Amino acid sequence: MNKGIIEISPGFEDVMPREYIDLVNDGPYGRKLGIDDLGTFKEAIEEHPLCAGCALALALRLVLASLPAIEDTIIVGSTGCSSLAFSQVAIHNIHSLFGNQNAVATGLKRALQIRFPNKTKDVVVMAGDGAIGDIGLETVMHSWFRGENITTIMFDNEIYANTGGQESCMSPKRAVLYMAPTGKKFPKAAMPEVAHAAGCAYAATITPASPKRLGKIVNQAILIAREIGSTYIQIYCPCPTNFKFKPSESLKMAKDRVKDETYLIKEYFSPEAREFVEGLEKGGGN
Amino acid sequence: MNRVNYQVMPGPECYLPPAAASMGVVLPDEGRALVEGHIVTQEEAMSTIAEKLLGAKHPTFFPGPLILWAWSEKAVEKARAIKEMADAVGAKIIPMPDYRPKYPMIDPEEEINPNHPNLTIWHNKIDVCVFAGVHCHYANIALKIIRGGTDCYTIALCGEYGHEDAMITLRDVRAQDIKRLTEVIKKKQAYSIETSLMNV
Repeated sequence: MNKGIIEISPGFEDVMPREYIDLVNDGPYGRKLGIDDLGTFKEAIEEHPLCAGCALALALRLVLASLPAIEDTIIVGSTGCSSLAFSQVAIHNIHSLFGNQNAVATGLKRALQIRFPNKTKDVVVMAGDGAIGDIGLETVMHSWFRGENITTIMFDNEIYANTGGQESCMSPKRAVLYMAPTGKKFPKAAMPEVAHAAGCAYAATITPASPKRLGKIVNQAILIAREIGSTYIQIYCPCPTNFKFKPSESLKMAKDRVKDETYLIKEYFSPEAREFVEGLEKGGGN
Repeated sequence: MNRVNYQVMPGPECYLPPAAASMGVVLPDEGRALVEGHIVTQEEAMSTIAEKLLGAKHPTFFPGPLILWAWSEKAVEKARAIKEMADAVGAKIIPMPDYRPKYPMIDPEEEINPNHPNLTIWHNKIDVCVFAGVHCHYANIALKIIRGGTDCYTIALCGEYGHEDAMITLRDVRAQDIKRLTEVIKKKQAYSIETSLMNV
């Protein structure tokens, strides 16, 4: 990124709101910070309009803190709860039409490669289970078939949460929801397996109850996407508003679901991705 | 709404004012400008801008991200020119550092947001404002909202083709054009001081 974009033009320093001065002086740009540094710098997201106890909000915070180069990252979002938060994020983000996020991300990544041939720009799709698993599955799958160098992160709250509570392909079987009062008739879609079979170099599931692991997964997924091809991360984000538990119990819910194996933590690597990650762990760096 | 001789005037016009383009207002050609929906010479427009700014009670500049951030030498040069112009007018500067719809809401005392520009204008009782360095699509949204809900007179100094939804717009504005406009303002200021001294 042109570092000038985070420098205030001379003469305007005294009129800039405090928030921007803090972002310039103490923001995450160009500093290679991570989950361990949370609380020590001005974050790219602070206030947001998501519900109390929303695990998606925490997941987004953790994801943003784990980006390997936040100043050179562009988020492509889609319709859903997450899109309400993206507009608050102090990095580049594009809101696509519902479901076409991976097509937009593909075009963007290719355009950036042409426009900035000597720079690495990370294009990261961040969207909900509806945009990725249901409405946008076609563009998602085809971006994976083509092996596009983008990372797709699903904030999986297992429901269309801000439209009244309809079931998505990611809702668990028998889930009784506001707009599915007789319970869902089909099992949760096996998206990590779909991603793996569709050619993703790396696919993983995680919850925000394991922040360090989440940070590692996000970081390595983006690095793999840069070098090898498509990557997919599925983050379980319990929704207290629709699943009717206390906002303070979101993380407990995430832990319990992992513990009782109703939310499975998985990781799939292609042989190239495995070799690449082993190289990183041996000190290859990024 | 009458499409014949539609004038882009201070509001409040209505909740959803029409885009001036849909009312027949067209953008000026190179070297020309728009004043209240009519194409005029750049000099005429500059003269009117100077009069509006010098006659305002609370003139305010809204610099946008294109000049607030030092992303290129041209941006910095333009920023300096805008600052000098605001100082010449004695205007307040309220920045629009980015376009995020702030949650829960912006502080209208210290910033303006294209999604709710009326809040900043109402709060600061701004009667004449200048947009500079705001990306065109956000400027258009903001200018329409301002015309719809406030009585603020809007001036857009655009680096591209101009804005029909502003009451006055200059197009292809570079740093040297801003400096030229500052000179016009200073001359008018000097002239009005001279005239008022003669009347004493």
